[in-house]
Amino acid sequence: MNWILLLEQTLNGFQFGILLFLLAAGLTLIFGIMDLINLAHGSLYMMGAYFAATFTSWTDSFLLGALLAVPASMIFGMLVEMIALRTLYTRNHLDQVLATFGLILFFNEFVRLIWGPIGLDIPLPEVLNGSVDLFFGIRYPAFRLVIIAVGILVAFLLYLLVSRTKLGMLIRAGASNRQMVSALGVNINFLYTLVFGLGAALAGLAGLMAGPIMTVEIGMGEGILIITLVVIVIGGVGSIKGAFVAALLVGLIDTVGRSFLPDILGLFFSNDVADTAAPAISSMLIYLLMALILAIRPQGLFPPKGA
Amino acid sequence: MKGSPRILFIVILMLGLAVVPLLADYFDEPFYTVMFSRMLILSIGAVSLNLILGFGGMVSFGHAVYLGIGSYMVGIGTLHAVEDGIDWMANGFIQIALAIVFSAITGLVIGAISLRTRGVYFIMITLAFSQMLYFVAVGNEKYGGDDGLSLYMRSDFNGLINIANDNSLYYLNFVILLFSLYISHRIINSRFGMMIRGAKSNEQRMRAIGFPVFRYQLVAFVIAGTLCGIAGVLSANQTEFVNPSVMHWTHSGDLIIMTVLGGLGTLFGPVIGAVAFLFLEEFLSEITEYWQLIFGPMLVLVVIFARGGIDGMLVGLDKWWHKLSSHSEKETG
Repeated sequence: MNWILLLEQTLNGFQFGILLFLLAAGLTLIFGIMDLINLAHGSLYMMGAYFAATFTSWTDSFLLGALLAVPASMIFGMLVEMIALRTLYTRNHLDQVLATFGLILFFNEFVRLIWGPIGLDIPLPEVLNGSVDLFFGIRYPAFRLVIIAVGILVAFLLYLLVSRTKLGMLIRAGASNRQMVSALGVNINFLYTLVFGLGAALAGLAGLMAGPIMTVEIGMGEGILIITLVVIVIGGVGSIKGAFVAALLVGLIDTVGRSFLPDILGLFFSNDVADTAAPAISSMLIYLLMALILAIRPQGLFPPKGA
Repeated sequence: MKGSPRILFIVILMLGLAVVPLLADYFDEPFYTVMFSRMLILSIGAVSLNLILGFGGMVSFGHAVYLGIGSYMVGIGTLHAVEDGIDWMANGFIQIALAIVFSAITGLVIGAISLRTRGVYFIMITLAFSQMLYFVAVGNEKYGGDDGLSLYMRSDFNGLINIANDNSLYYLNFVILLFSLYISHRIINSRFGMMIRGAKSNEQRMRAIGFPVFRYQLVAFVIAGTLCGIAGVLSANQTEFVNPSVMHWTHSGDLIIMTVLGGLGTLFGPVIGAVAFLFLEEFLSEITEYWQLIFGPMLVLVVIFARGGIDGMLVGLDKWWHKLSSHSEKETG
């Protein structure tokens, strides 16, 4: 087996996991606190990438573009919450699924109207475009390292926010007993909008960081949304810790599985069988993992307390 | 004055659907036969989904998977029949039988895992499973992968009906729609159906009375899947093309929209919904290329304001009509 490739793919998996975590953290917070299942979360990711592409071309700087895109995603998310989603909190999950599905259709078309049907590229500055020498003589793209670093930093800040600040206390309280929080005089509507904005900012951040690696295109948020749903189901809906563990797990298994499954299958079957079966099986891996985990623990790995 | 505008509407709709090919031929617009044929097929899918979604309260977000299974039975069957000379694989009866068997097995596996969970988990898991099978179809290069398969010919029904003709296919679809409505009617009014509906409104109580809720729900889940599998066979024949997008998760979403738009938990609701959905799609895309810009918010508004769907509005119309007619009776009598 090729160890350098394995290490590289592990880093790639880690980096994918970090992106998944940024999406999953928002989604799981929104679900845990507002009891809202938001399929349009992938659209927020897409909007983040489009904002970043636009701001980068306006300012000629990826850094500035990124710094502007995060608050833009946040404001956008808060607007969406205030206009469309607020009425859905008291509705059943079917209504929420349908309405947010409608929002996906709307956002995709909206983007097509504004930015056109052709995908955009986000150009990276020279510094981030190259590769960096890592240990064992591995050269790894600098930007992917930045993604990992930013993701870990954000995860840490999120941990501080949730466990050490007043807002975090309200978020935790909201997740375990919403009625009580509002009965105690907290402005729950404002808290909801804020949490949604936070989730949107995280999704936008994930989108703008994914933009330079993949293309920025319509519907880019949908594939990753479903994987994010798998992540939060595995981690336990409503749990940020669960989202973090599950995101890394899913990211690693998906990425490493895709590149090594043909080899692994090749050990047991003929090369022909391995080559035809591997792509199908490797894209099934994370769903198999989900089925396995749910068969053992239907509530996910880290179900939040009091849920 | 007695009568019910709602029943009148449904009767007119069904009679109308029965004569579409005749009218289309008369006006020389064969396009409409094809368009309504699609409505019939998706109606069957929506009727089957309604069994678990509307009556059973199980929000399955992966129902298009069975459309895919049925479609691929036809696609794979005709491929082998033409390229390898295995004639029986192009036989429509055998394809339907295989679609039923495979849909049932798939439903059994997905249901057995998903039904252990409730609420959002159930929604997400059915969604994830459908996505998994979607990727299986995409990754399967032998049967077209991402590009899909073009059908060399439509299924062969032993010469009993020749569905190479669009009109015959239309009536096959229509008969199977009537059949699925009948099955649906029988199921929801049976003891089994009562149990499923009971579990929707209060699962704990059903369990306390002593019903094995899980087993009943699983059976309902499998039945709904097999019915939709049959719709898949028809769908492949209609488009003469099979590709993974038939089981894409947005297509499952479309099926849910049709069911909800028509009216959840009503016999004819899904049919009304499927017809309305495809009409809207056709109509809106005629107005603007960006039709989903209108359709998306419309969906949000329907969810927020029109909770019973179109059938719910018809029930409202009925009430208004009865009030009106009892008024006029008082005045005249």
